[in-house]
Amino acid sequence: MIQVKGLYKNFGKTEVLKGINCEIQPSEVVCVIGPSGSGKSTFLRCLNMLESITSGEVIVDGNNLNDSNTDINMVRTEVGMVFQQFNLFPHKKVIENLMLAPQKVRNISRQDARERAEKLLAKVGLGDKAEQYPQQLSGGQQQRVAIARALAMEPKMMLFDEPTSALDPELVGEVLEVMKQLAKEGMTMFVVTHEMGFAREVGDRVLFMDNGVIVEEGKPDQLFSNPQSDRTKEFLNKIL
Amino acid sequence: MDGLTFRAAPFSLTSEVKQMVNFNWLQVIDFLPELFTGLYYTLLISVIGLIIGFVLGGIFGLGRIANNKLIKSISAIYVEVIRGTPVLVQAIWIYFALPLIIGFEIESIIAGVIVIALNSGAYIAEIVRGAVQSIDKGQMEAGRSLGLNHGQTMRYIIWPQAFKRMIPPLGNQFIISIKDTSLLSVILVPELIFQGRLIAANHFNAVEIYTTVAVFYLAITLTLSFVLRIIERRLDI
Ligand SMILES: Nc1ncnc2c1ncn2[C@@H]1O[C@H](COP(=O)(O)OP(=O)(O)OP(=O)(O)O)[C@@H](O)[C@H]1O
Ligand SMILES: [Mg+2]
Repeated sequence: MIQVKGLYKNFGKTEVLKGINCEIQPSEVVCVIGPSGSGKSTFLRCLNMLESITSGEVIVDGNNLNDSNTDINMVRTEVGMVFQQFNLFPHKKVIENLMLAPQKVRNISRQDARERAEKLLAKVGLGDKAEQYPQQLSGGQQQRVAIARALAMEPKMMLFDEPTSALDPELVGEVLEVMKQLAKEGMTMFVVTHEMGFAREVGDRVLFMDNGVIVEEGKPDQLFSNPQSDRTKEFLNKIL
Repeated sequence: MDGLTFRAAPFSLTSEVKQMVNFNWLQVIDFLPELFTGLYYTLLISVIGLIIGFVLGGIFGLGRIANNKLIKSISAIYVEVIRGTPVLVQAIWIYFALPLIIGFEIESIIAGVIVIALNSGAYIAEIVRGAVQSIDKGQMEAGRSLGLNHGQTMRYIIWPQAFKRMIPPLGNQFIISIKDTSLLSVILVPELIFQGRLIAANHFNAVEIYTTVAVFYLAITLTLSFVLRIIERRLDI
């Protein structure tokens, strides 16, 4: 579903991604861990072109993102994204947050968009919050709305960039629960996270990134309990 | 200037008070038709000028944050030239100098509208730019990640939020521009202070007339402030 070959990314003179190769299969849940500044977010943002690619190849759902003929807006409709800071639209009610893009991009009717939005809000346990504004919700609720908003486009895969890092500890669980459910339904997921429990339980594969490269990857159990690289060991010792 | 000539030099407090009483405030009523004509032109030029200025401000404000270098530079030059020169100079230049370049005269009222539009447009461009740039960049990213294109994201997500932030400084600019219309009297726009000066010069009632003119301006700006305060409260800014 996603193929990345020799991906490099520079910000000006600083090299942030230094040759990343990676493939993600349909319905796979891939978790990315690694120290701050290692390039996890940059990598994730290259997958839907929120960052331009310096060199290399990124193919998403058969579309080569480097190809100037690729309609990037089309690709993005198939790739949902959830941000650390939620980034809900504060001037729109919760339900309108979910209805906007399907109407404007997928051209579905207002009525259909509303029905779809109501279903999704119920699914993330927020059926009763439809008419509220985002600021009236707790962080955990906002992030669940953000997930529902991305799902409203019926994407083929979802990118999560530290979806629980901005949350109070007691609100982390409800968001992870929604993500687990999504994984169970067969969604292809790419998750940058510090939640090792989640990675271990839900992840099919874990990538450890450091200094712009994927240092090590493997099944969660294998990577967490028997890391091969010294850098992985050092990182895991620090956070576990 | 006749506005500064008092009829008698007051030499004690009591005589000053007597003087005030001696002014003939009632005769202002006779001149109300002329003053209302002036008020009409003041409002006309303010409203049309500010509407055009708002459009200019929107265009050049977004121009200043555009990716295109040419659009960016043109917008920046426009803003800097207008901000860097006094309104009075702009008015005189457009009314007296520009006709010599383009080869035909511009009616003073039209020139007045142009001045207010161009002048407020530059300041509104800065307001627009500031408001749009103040919106968290995560909003643009969230819109784009959903597949909305740049224009749609601007229109449905950035602009509505930015507009709300623009309202207080816009209100401020409206008040400034309304007051700036008084400078248009030098290019013979028959607005409030122009009418006032005409009356005062002929009837030697500077105190009564200029006070009334000031009250008219105050009435306009206070009404506007009041309306803006209600809008701000409604929008919870
Ligand atoms: N827009 C940018 N301009 C310049 N440098 C950037 C930009 N975005 C990221 N960087 C740099 O790229 C490097 C990698 O950043 P990135 O956000 O991908 O790291 P990360 O692994 O997600 O870290 P964290 O765990 O803190 O989120 C950092 O050194 C950062 O300073
Ligand atoms: Mg990050």
